[in-house]
Amino acid sequence: MKKKLTHVASYIPLLLLLLVGIVLTGRFLLMERVDTRNAITIYSGRSEDLIQPLIDRFTEETGIRVYIRYGQTAEMAATILEEGRNSPADIFFAQDAGALGALSRAGRLAPLPEDLLEEVEPRFRSPKHHWIGVSGRARVAAYNPHRISPEQLPEDLSGFCAPEWQGRVGWAPANGSFQAFVTALRVTQGEEATRTWLACMQANGTRAYAKNTPIIAAVEAGEIDVGLVNHYYIHAMQQGRQTTMHVRNHYFASDVLVNVAGASIIDTSGNKDLAEQFVRYLLAADAQRYFTDHTYEYPLAAHAETNPALPPLRTLQTPDMDLSELDDLEGTLRLLQDLGIL
Amino acid sequence: MSAHIPINRHSETRSEPSLSAGQRRVPSAKRPSLSLRLAAGIVAALALLPLVYLIVRTVEIGPEIVGILARPRTVAVFFNSLGLTVAVTASSVLIGVLLAWLTARTDLPGRHFWSTVTCLPLVLPSYVGAFALIAALGPNGMLQRLLAPLGVEQLPSIYGFPGAWLALTLFTYPYVQLSVRAGLRGLDPSLEDAARSLGRTAPQVFREVILPHLRPAIAAGALLVALYTLSDFGAVSLLQFNAFTRAIYVQYTGALDRSAAAVLALLLVALTFLILLIEYRLRGRTRYYRSSAGALRHQRRAALGIWRYPAVALCAIISLLALGVPVLVTGYWLLQAGAADGQWLQSIDITLNSVTASGLASAACVLAALPIVIYAVRHPSHSSRLMERCAYIGHALPGIVVALALVFFGARYAPYFYQTLFMLVLAYIILFLPLAVGSLRASLLQISPRIEEAARTLGRTSKQTLTSVTLPLLRPGLFTGMALVFLTCMKELPATLILGPTGFHTLATRIWGATEEAFFARAAAPALILVLVSAISIWIILKHEEGDA
Repeated sequence: MKKKLTHVASYIPLLLLLLVGIVLTGRFLLMERVDTRNAITIYSGRSEDLIQPLIDRFTEETGIRVYIRYGQTAEMAATILEEGRNSPADIFFAQDAGALGALSRAGRLAPLPEDLLEEVEPRFRSPKHHWIGVSGRARVAAYNPHRISPEQLPEDLSGFCAPEWQGRVGWAPANGSFQAFVTALRVTQGEEATRTWLACMQANGTRAYAKNTPIIAAVEAGEIDVGLVNHYYIHAMQQGRQTTMHVRNHYFASDVLVNVAGASIIDTSGNKDLAEQFVRYLLAADAQRYFTDHTYEYPLAAHAETNPALPPLRTLQTPDMDLSELDDLEGTLRLLQDLGIL
Repeated sequence: MSAHIPINRHSETRSEPSLSAGQRRVPSAKRPSLSLRLAAGIVAALALLPLVYLIVRTVEIGPEIVGILARPRTVAVFFNSLGLTVAVTASSVLIGVLLAWLTARTDLPGRHFWSTVTCLPLVLPSYVGAFALIAALGPNGMLQRLLAPLGVEQLPSIYGFPGAWLALTLFTYPYVQLSVRAGLRGLDPSLEDAARSLGRTAPQVFREVILPHLRPAIAAGALLVALYTLSDFGAVSLLQFNAFTRAIYVQYTGALDRSAAAVLALLLVALTFLILLIEYRLRGRTRYYRSSAGALRHQRRAALGIWRYPAVALCAIISLLALGVPVLVTGYWLLQAGAADGQWLQSIDITLNSVTASGLASAACVLAALPIVIYAVRHPSHSSRLMERCAYIGHALPGIVVALALVFFGARYAPYFYQTLFMLVLAYIILFLPLAVGSLRASLLQISPRIEEAARTLGRTSKQTLTSVTLPLLRPGLFTGMALVFLTCMKELPATLILGPTGFHTLATRIWGATEEAFFARAAAPALILVLVSAISIWIILKHEEGDA
């Protein structure tokens, strides 16, 4: 009898777990179903830490509930494509213009109204009216002033091919922002020039990193002297630290790519009016100031002010191109793979 | 291997049911019941979902397939991954077997502590573990700064193959350790006694008796390590090793080319079948249950003597590298954040989410694995073995492939369940079913079918036999399986992000979100909670298992 009791007792954790599981599953099935009345669903390639405060404020102001999924921009785009007509997403808030261009090419984005589009300079929005830039990130060279002075930096990127820079530069070939930058080079400088530059950098022992933050960390640690990154990472990383970081950004005089984080409305959305309200909110003064103050990005609405820590947006000479063309990632990937960089 | 040792294998008059003699039924082996076959079939079909998806996507593009496969990079990268898999598997088996034996069968000082701590590296997400290793061992890292006063200017580079090998070994050896541990617990000590009475020394007993009997457990653990290594993306990308998963990710995330990605993933599936075949050959067809009558004697612990010092040192070094370094780095982030952040409170809800999803998945995985394992072990046939092998496919695929497969099926054919916890748990089952199958199989192999037959002879129905005889005896395997699935689900990222209910945050997604934007301080609390919760659960499970022995 006693043996039987201990035998039963030994299954209590398992049964308890099952019970808890069933109860919680029921909870999710019954209560957490997305209620589409007066609510929108956002797929965000931008991270929760950056975006959630804005979402909360939007709900507070408008009373519109927001269901939001966070993930990587390209994975979100792949998910939307894979979901097909049944996609629950109303809005795709992407980290870069390339993914927006890809969804636009696949015919999955609904056009935005003219008056909304005019909030932003033409260089930062879709000519097909499919998406609009909300905030911008400039490509810069992060350097360690303890090891080199800004005067020693070359005039433009091609300078990093020189033998003196051998093994001193870092990049992130697998990272979306780097690939967008190479795509921009291909669009503006041509296929051959881009190939030559990449091959030269590769031969010069440029170090590959997984993404931007390890590059900044490596520059800070003196592992490398220069990193090809987006401008806002050093500001974001500084926020998490008590000690002052040494790394500084260098903006080149010309051809500074400013890639955008942009918003779009999915063609299958059943809530296009509410979705449009959200896109408008992102470009209104309140949200734009949030990007200025908290993410150190460039707010893209014409009326918005740039963070004083950054050079003004109008002084940045961006390459003459339509950012939608950043969707030709495949050509870039093939090039990077051919050269053995990826 | 050591067939000349008469005590090693049982010699019985009854012939073993084997592949070649598959038609010749052992008299008492009942035909598998319809419900068993049905249950096993359903689970195998679920496990095959990603494969169906990949085939659908591949067929779309037709002859282009050849072009994708023939790219020189594809081939080179494929062999990179193959080499890494072999190396990681070998080193994990070595460490895993050694640690399992030390913690389960010797008088190692503090073995309860070590048996928990050495299993814990399993809970670290690779994007945290690898990051911490770089911080510790990378250029200008902690180790180099420590050694700088001694005149060490540069350490060998952590990036590339050595780093990926080290990281993946440190994070996967517990698969072998846990599996072998369960195997050791189920091993009949009378075999060892017999060997000793025949004059074998302790090392001889280990080599000639224990090791051969652990073969299924080692093979099961090694298989998990190999498949994990093949499917890992986080560690290889951080450590800059050009693995095959990187090629797949590039197609998904760079080109949004689902078909090209599918072609590459199918290649991974093909390689998986090859590995499964190797494991099948290694595992052998011997029986491992005890043949003699009489009560099971208590297992004795080997006295380590003077060897206990290096043994403790080994445990300490491995724990320090695999667990200590990541915890230290995370603690450093936390210090930088300052204490008053309120993030501990915020973490309660997401901790609950993590535990719910992982707990549910671990129970579901074990339940799903049972019919597959019983069918394959008790009724060996071509179809039952094939079903068991199918269970392994999901584990060799990167999480994003399985997640997108379920997006494809879920959004199209089950919109009501799409983006609910059910869907997420289903993804976890497909991804981690082999963790449960492996441990259950190793346990079931140690239970003689004659015990079940005796129960049947005494008038028990097959259902009663299952609940009153087989399941209680299977307990070590059940708990090991649940532990493995639970810990692995706790850190799973891609499927959780893509398939979880909208707004459903877990510790893993929280850590990822914070590290993604370089807010390392905000990643610290959830990361430490992840380790803590996992430590507690693994301790309870091991304790429980211990109490039963």
